[in-house]
Amino acid sequence: MVDVTSSAVGDLQLRNLTKTFADFVAVDDLTLTIPKGSFFALLGPSGCGKTTTLRMIAGLEEPTSGSIHIGATDITYTKPYQRPVNTVFQNYALFPHLTIFENVAFGLRRRGIKDVEGAVTKTLALVELGHLKDRKPGQLSGGQQQRIAVARAIVNRPALLFLDEPLGALDLKLRRQMQIELKWIQTEVGITFVHVTHDQEEAMTMADTIAVMNKGRIEQMGSPVELYENPKTVFVANFLGQSNLIEAAVQTNSGAETSVDIHGSRIILPSSRNKSSKSKVLVGIRPEKINIQTAGSSVGKNSLSGGVVTDISFVGVSTQYQVEMPWKQEIMVFEQNDGGAPNIRKGDQVTLSWEPHFTFALDSEN
Amino acid sequence: MSRWFSRNLIRIYASLALIYLFIPVGYTMAFSFNDAGKRNINWQGFTLDNWKNPCGAPDICVALGNSLKIGFLSTLVATILGTMIAFALGRYKFRGRSSTNLLIFLPMATPEIVMGASLLAMFVNLNVNTGFWTTVIAHIMFCISFVVVTVKARVASLDPKLEEAARDLYANEYQTFRRVTFPLVLPGIAAAALLAFSLSFDDFIITNFNSGTITTFPKFVWISSIRGVPAQANVIGTAMFLIALFIVIAGQFIGSAKAKRKS
Repeated sequence: MVDVTSSAVGDLQLRNLTKTFADFVAVDDLTLTIPKGSFFALLGPSGCGKTTTLRMIAGLEEPTSGSIHIGATDITYTKPYQRPVNTVFQNYALFPHLTIFENVAFGLRRRGIKDVEGAVTKTLALVELGHLKDRKPGQLSGGQQQRIAVARAIVNRPALLFLDEPLGALDLKLRRQMQIELKWIQTEVGITFVHVTHDQEEAMTMADTIAVMNKGRIEQMGSPVELYENPKTVFVANFLGQSNLIEAAVQTNSGAETSVDIHGSRIILPSSRNKSSKSKVLVGIRPEKINIQTAGSSVGKNSLSGGVVTDISFVGVSTQYQVEMPWKQEIMVFEQNDGGAPNIRKGDQVTLSWEPHFTFALDSEN
Repeated sequence: MSRWFSRNLIRIYASLALIYLFIPVGYTMAFSFNDAGKRNINWQGFTLDNWKNPCGAPDICVALGNSLKIGFLSTLVATILGTMIAFALGRYKFRGRSSTNLLIFLPMATPEIVMGASLLAMFVNLNVNTGFWTTVIAHIMFCISFVVVTVKARVASLDPKLEEAARDLYANEYQTFRRVTFPLVLPGIAAAALLAFSLSFDDFIITNFNSGTITTFPKFVWISSIRGVPAQANVIGTAMFLIALFIVIAGQFIGSAKAKRKS
């Protein structure tokens, strides 16, 4: 078999990739292109097939069918040690019996690279841990181990770097710091990073492009802003941030505007944001897009009245209201604490309003 | 007085237990300096003659040599075979894995006297003359179980992600084993080898059935005890004890030096 560790360059392409375990389909006919040099996130709940996808690309799992290409090179059945792909493992998997220097040098030595010393020193300097090169992994803190795991992978200059839930073991503050640091390292070295995670906030912070996976398939792919503002499925709307989804009947569906009926209220939205072709749809609106006002005040174009505030929680940057509508559905509303928040108490009658262009409509899931 | 007693109860108990455990060892050591002649039972006076001439008693060093040879051979073979079995059981799923797991325990649970007698019956039935090699075969057999159990525990505690990481970092199957798996399992293999050697060196019952005319050190002591164990047996016993003690202390020392570097 040919060693393609240095020859394969270009975009990563998955074509009709499928992996079946006994009678369970982990990855279902996945076709996907990850552009060279991008920071790409595979986002999904546990068991959605994202880790299996990663393991197939890394060569640790063999696909049932389909193919994997880097540029023009087919690597579907190439051995893991012959692929230009490196992984930053969950819990890092640093070799406990080797020093930090030898951990980072491991890949270079296996490939018989000449200037091991120089490359390792440079990479350790990049993650700012050169002074720890003679320590063993057990003597390092979690954040330091994380950075060594990244260094051990990028020192090989792979075509592709995988990050498998890389920040799961770190505390919140360190995680934030590492998110920024990883993003910086990616820009610095220019390697394609593929980040596998179930943490939507982490994916949105770091990735240029996110593919949301569910049940072995990709639900939607796009930039963080696009996925958040313009979700195409109920799963995406609920998985990235919070969404209020309300059942509605389509009234008119012609021209630039679509109008729907929600329990007697007329709600309009741009037709381009209606992802459903059915007469019954789910109308979606993000909690922070909604204005909350005491009943009877003047309202925006789209409005729903008759709500009663059942719960208020103050979370610092915003106040979160839970409003029960006449049809017994709870709707979440977030108001910025910028001084303009209305004086509303629990039990008050309120009217909710928002701009039509924030509204979206989806096929109901069943 | 009673408060002092209750405060130091554990210390008193521990000292008594240790004294109880070490009296036979101390006795053996002391009597290795006994100017005993043939019967090393009563204290006759201090001498260094036994230590200067440990092979002084007839055939004692032949027996010791046999024991060492049998010990090294059976340790080597049992450690290699047992390590391979441990990897197979710890790493791979195959038909008969759980029954193998159970059967591996059986030699440890079987009374030695039963095993020794059955082995002898088998050798006789196969028309094999008992001697050096039958002893080695018998020792390999009972040592393997202990090696498997010891190494398997180490293999089980090894994170498979480390091997995946090695493969991901361009190590092929052999390099992965050589650079990652083996160094990480090595302490377990070393412990298993030490255990196997001490079991083999120490064994009397199975050896007595299957060694024919060959004399091992435990067998020598047993045979000579009818007429009186020579003081040289105490010298060799003491030396073996001191070597074992040295290995343990050296191991502790290296371990704590490593731990100190960590902190």
